[in-house]
Amino acid sequence: MLSENLWFHNIYCFLYTGDTAISGCSNATGLLPESLNWMPYYIAGFSMVLVLINIFMAFGALYTYAERRLIGRFQSRVGPNRAGPFGILQPVADGIKLLTKESMIPDQADKPVYNLAPIIMLIPVILVVAVLPVGEGTFMTDLNIALLFAISITALTTIAIFMAGFSTGNRFAMLGAMRAVAQLISYEVPVVLSTVGIILLTGSLSLVDVVEAQAIPFILVQPLAFLIFIIGGSAEMNRTPFDTVEAESELIAGYHIEYGGMKFAMFQLAEYASVLINSAVITTLFLSGWEGPFSFIPSPIWFLLKMFFMAFCFIWIRATLPRLRMDQVMSFAWKFLLPLSLINIFVTAIEVLIFGVNGTFTQGDLWIISGINIIVSIIGIVIFSKILEIDSGFNTQFKVTV
Amino acid sequence: MNSELMTVNFGPQHPSTHGVFRLRITLDGETVVGLEPVFGYLHRGSEKLAEERTFTQVITLTDRMDYTSAMTNNQAYVLSCEKLMEVTPPVRAQYLRVISAELSRIASHLIGTGFLINDLGAFITPLMYCFRERERILELFEMLCGARITLTYMRVGGVFQDTPAEFWPALDSFLTDMEFHLDEYESLLTGNEILLSRTVGVSSITTDQALNASITGPILRATGFDWDLRTVDPYEVYNRVNFEVPTGENGDNYDRYLVRIKEMRQSLSIIKQCVEQIEPGKVRLDLPFLIRPDSGEAYGRVESPKGELGFYLISDGSISPYRCKVRPPSLINLTLLNEMIVGWKVADMIVTLGSLDFNMGEVDR
Repeated sequence: MLSENLWFHNIYCFLYTGDTAISGCSNATGLLPESLNWMPYYIAGFSMVLVLINIFMAFGALYTYAERRLIGRFQSRVGPNRAGPFGILQPVADGIKLLTKESMIPDQADKPVYNLAPIIMLIPVILVVAVLPVGEGTFMTDLNIALLFAISITALTTIAIFMAGFSTGNRFAMLGAMRAVAQLISYEVPVVLSTVGIILLTGSLSLVDVVEAQAIPFILVQPLAFLIFIIGGSAEMNRTPFDTVEAESELIAGYHIEYGGMKFAMFQLAEYASVLINSAVITTLFLSGWEGPFSFIPSPIWFLLKMFFMAFCFIWIRATLPRLRMDQVMSFAWKFLLPLSLINIFVTAIEVLIFGVNGTFTQGDLWIISGINIIVSIIGIVIFSKILEIDSGFNTQFKVTV
Repeated sequence: MNSELMTVNFGPQHPSTHGVFRLRITLDGETVVGLEPVFGYLHRGSEKLAEERTFTQVITLTDRMDYTSAMTNNQAYVLSCEKLMEVTPPVRAQYLRVISAELSRIASHLIGTGFLINDLGAFITPLMYCFRERERILELFEMLCGARITLTYMRVGGVFQDTPAEFWPALDSFLTDMEFHLDEYESLLTGNEILLSRTVGVSSITTDQALNASITGPILRATGFDWDLRTVDPYEVYNRVNFEVPTGENGDNYDRYLVRIKEMRQSLSIIKQCVEQIEPGKVRLDLPFLIRPDSGEAYGRVESPKGELGFYLISDGSISPYRCKVRPPSLINLTLLNEMIVGWKVADMIVTLGSLDFNMGEVDR
């Protein structure tokens, strides 16, 4: 059963005039005359798309400001503070500067692919907004495979990075793209597997159902999955300690080294917006989405607060940690995250068998499950970090004899 | 699966080559299989220019060699001039020189450590922390001589001027704070799992290799060999202060980092002892404006933050040196680049370059 989209419904009914049996509205007369009955559907849908996507893009731009400002604080300096009050107009200034730049295409570039890559980079970020339940009854669509959709669509960025890296004809970009393909595909596996526990608990792939199933936030019920998701997420967004794809000190800028002007801005916007999107997905899956302890604060505000908190954590991690080497990044995915996510699935499946009555859980059951899972995750992390230390070459160094 | 070798130009314009250093590297995937360093993009002909300047004017040229520690460059040059003229500066001047040289060493090691961690991929944060403390050293230098980078503080036969009154309290508060900050760095970095897994065992060299290549400074000491000109061949007042020479064990990137951190602590203790021992007095000999040493030659050397920095001067009795040859530690420390880098990954190469802590101003001169 798909949940009702309240936002869409309200706008639709505000405009619609006609038979209430057809429209499902309580009122028979709306703003528009009956001859324009076809219009409310499109207006309501379009207004939602416009508002949600623009909010996320605007937040993406503002997030660049927030990140620069906060990292400035972390690094005991001021950060951008010239444009507007507290420098809040810095993204606008950056945008104007980048818009007025000359659009340069390198001679060696494969031009169609080169021009297409920034667009393909931005599309998945926007598409994921379609399935995010931003508030109670506030979403574009309640897809019954929303979780799968979100994960598979964000994986598309790999293709964009690959296109950008290989089409520019720059060797640093190619190195970056080589790393990107290996890294992003590897981290996709534990990330997807970490969500299986949630699917088992809720019995649904719809993100709205996931939020509604969270009698207590899943960060407590699935701590291991949360950890894997946040690590894998930062690897997929190319942020430290997994930013080998861009690796400022090694590959200068990685795949987008030859991009300038608005194309570069699109890469940057996609990257920063993807942090917000990832935070939004984490909020939905693990932090019980729009639900909050006080109901006098509207549900979208709760959602945004949690999302910003996660985004802040990502900034914090970026300002703190050094980068891993490529082989360490890979062995971390396959030898640490993957076994842990399998353990998580196994343990959760057994718990669902024991506690689940028709696939539903009481709050008490969830607390018991969370207790077990926290113990299991601590033991699992300790054991597998020991194994990683001994076995995998995480601490042994590779020197190739030439 | 067949793979093709790829030649990549690292530099001269690259964020982590520390200036305009160029490396033509051959890559097999991520592994470096061949390497050819190319220097000379910052060559200004300092040695030749020195032949056209008076002995005092050459001090300004030395500032621009290793621009991260101008004090030790000044010191090496004026020491060799004084050897040439066979004069000894007043004791207070010697203390002031040692204090400023050790401050310079701390500043240089701060830059070295900060950029090493930056090359490891930490998003500039450690670098900004290190620059925060370096800023206070530069302020101290500003009190001493009015300049921050190109200092020209030392003169043949002493130093430029005596310290202003506000210097000593500022130095005291810096010494107190710096110990806390060093602890802060160590708590953040020394045990850091990522730092350990990236640097321990990477690009290690043996003592024999290092000695064969005349490598000096922290890189030699990181291999476990105790060689520091301040104890081996004490100049100025280094024989009046007690300090240890920290050494490493494996000569890898981590030991080089650790030796630098420990050396900063030793420098702090040297400065403290100097502050206790220093007494009022003259800071400069009354030498003529244009110095005319007798014809002859002299080699003065100091332990600069990068290694043994030497100036070999020949005088023909005129107002400018007949020949001024520099022994730049940064250049000579790059000798083993092939042994250290070939066979490692690209990411390791960057960290190794960071841990060598060379300065292109000094390499190219």
